[in-house]
Amino acid sequence: MKHVKTLNTRKLQNTVKKGGCGECQTSCQSACKTSCTVGNQTCENSR
Amino acid sequence: MIHQFKNNGYHIVLDVDSGSVHVVDAMTYEIIGLLDAGYAQDAVIERLSAQYKESEIREALAEIAALEEDGTLFSREEYEAHLADVQTRGVVVKALCLHIAHDCNLRCGYCFAQEGEYNGEKALMPYEVGKAALDFLIASSGNRRNLEVDFFGGEPTLNFQVVKDLVAYGREREKVCDKKFRFTLTTNGVFLNDEIMEFANREMANVVLSIDGRKDVHDRMRPFPDGSGSYERIVPKFLQFAESRQQKNYYVRGTFTRYNLDFSKDVLHLADLGFRQISVEPVVAQETDAYAIRKEDLPRLFEEYDALAAEMARRGKRGDSFTFFHFMIDLEGGPCVAKRLSGCGSGTEYLAVTPWGDFYPCHQFVGNEKFLMGNVTEGITNTRLQESFKGCNVYAKEACRNCFAKYYCSGGCAANAYNFHGDIRGVYEIGCALQKKRVECAIMLKAAEAFEADERKEEMR
Repeated sequence: MKHVKTLNTRKLQNTVKKGGCGECQTSCQSACKTSCTVGNQTCENSR
Repeated sequence: MIHQFKNNGYHIVLDVDSGSVHVVDAMTYEIIGLLDAGYAQDAVIERLSAQYKESEIREALAEIAALEEDGTLFSREEYEAHLADVQTRGVVVKALCLHIAHDCNLRCGYCFAQEGEYNGEKALMPYEVGKAALDFLIASSGNRRNLEVDFFGGEPTLNFQVVKDLVAYGREREKVCDKKFRFTLTTNGVFLNDEIMEFANREMANVVLSIDGRKDVHDRMRPFPDGSGSYERIVPKFLQFAESRQQKNYYVRGTFTRYNLDFSKDVLHLADLGFRQISVEPVVAQETDAYAIRKEDLPRLFEEYDALAAEMARRGKRGDSFTFFHFMIDLEGGPCVAKRLSGCGSGTEYLAVTPWGDFYPCHQFVGNEKFLMGNVTEGITNTRLQESFKGCNVYAKEACRNCFAKYYCSGGCAANAYNFHGDIRGVYEIGCALQKKRVECAIMLKAAEAFEADERKEEMR
């Protein structure tokens, strides 16, 4: 595309069926103890 | 729903429901804005033809149509029904924050733990209580394999033999029970020594090292009981610790307050000291505290985040990058929708345990009796409270429904909401504003990385 550069190929819609295993890290167990940051956790199944 | 923003020279369009991120030229940015406002294609052309060639506008419109067709722009997904699926599954507990010591060797000015004591008496967790907590975790974790245990305080190194004994017990039990413990340690560094570091390097999946940044900033808020600063004592140890972990699986973590609104300098100070994994967060305080962030501080803080992100992009370009936890975003392998909808897990899959074995929804609620959930011997006794936390998600908060950042912060921190509105389903507006800015900066850095990679490819040709 000439006018648009898309940064990612994965769509959230596609995680609906496969997701929800719950094995990923709890956000407050990482480096945030005062502000909730879920979006930067890594999916355990994509490792 | 889309969200458009400009940052560091990039025109960015986030398609909220698909999570797709598009970097576009200035003309396409305007076109998308008009389409989102309800303009038809002909009206867009008419509106912009004085500024841009019609052929170019039509070309961009065709590209936009292709993205729409692909489900990555103007996508509409209803995830609420899916949330019901997730919520009807039984609750399992998979993470505990063990308050190993309600005592501390520092007197940090902003400590939500009231100098480690959480509004109560000084106390150390006995081994038996910790052991019962691990047994509870194993028994309550259903088919989850990865279990997380954070050794927290107060200051956990004040009771380090118990930490070591609990790790040994966990390692013994995980084999028998087919579980995998991920232990982490949060420490202020005062008592760190070679023995503790060696132990942590063997057993801890992550360590969080508390330091606020520049010496004067750090010493002002993190003094010893006699009032003297702790910076000089901890910095050499933290540097040694970070190196001994090969600069991985650790964070130096700081808190910024109204006293250092120029906190980007503290983040860069930590980077310049040689740390590569950095997390610096806004303080959570009562409105009446002098160091609390105020609404009028927000424009200044936005500038700080922007300046930090721009500097990180520059450093990245010259191969001197570091990780800033709050700008991390994984566009390809991030959490699934289920995780994004259900939030941090406090009060459901994540619990804090006091030295005497009581459960609270998370470390921030410890000491508030209204939030007592049960204990290590009886388990969860206040199931109503558990249900209330289970129902706390982006769809339960009106302010989140139309927020572009809802799938990144997942409704925000329940403790903040409670502190400011007396309701875990409220929202903490200052936190929201800062969170949104951080998401924008994180996405901008991804754009910068992508363009940098393209440039390198071009140079290779």
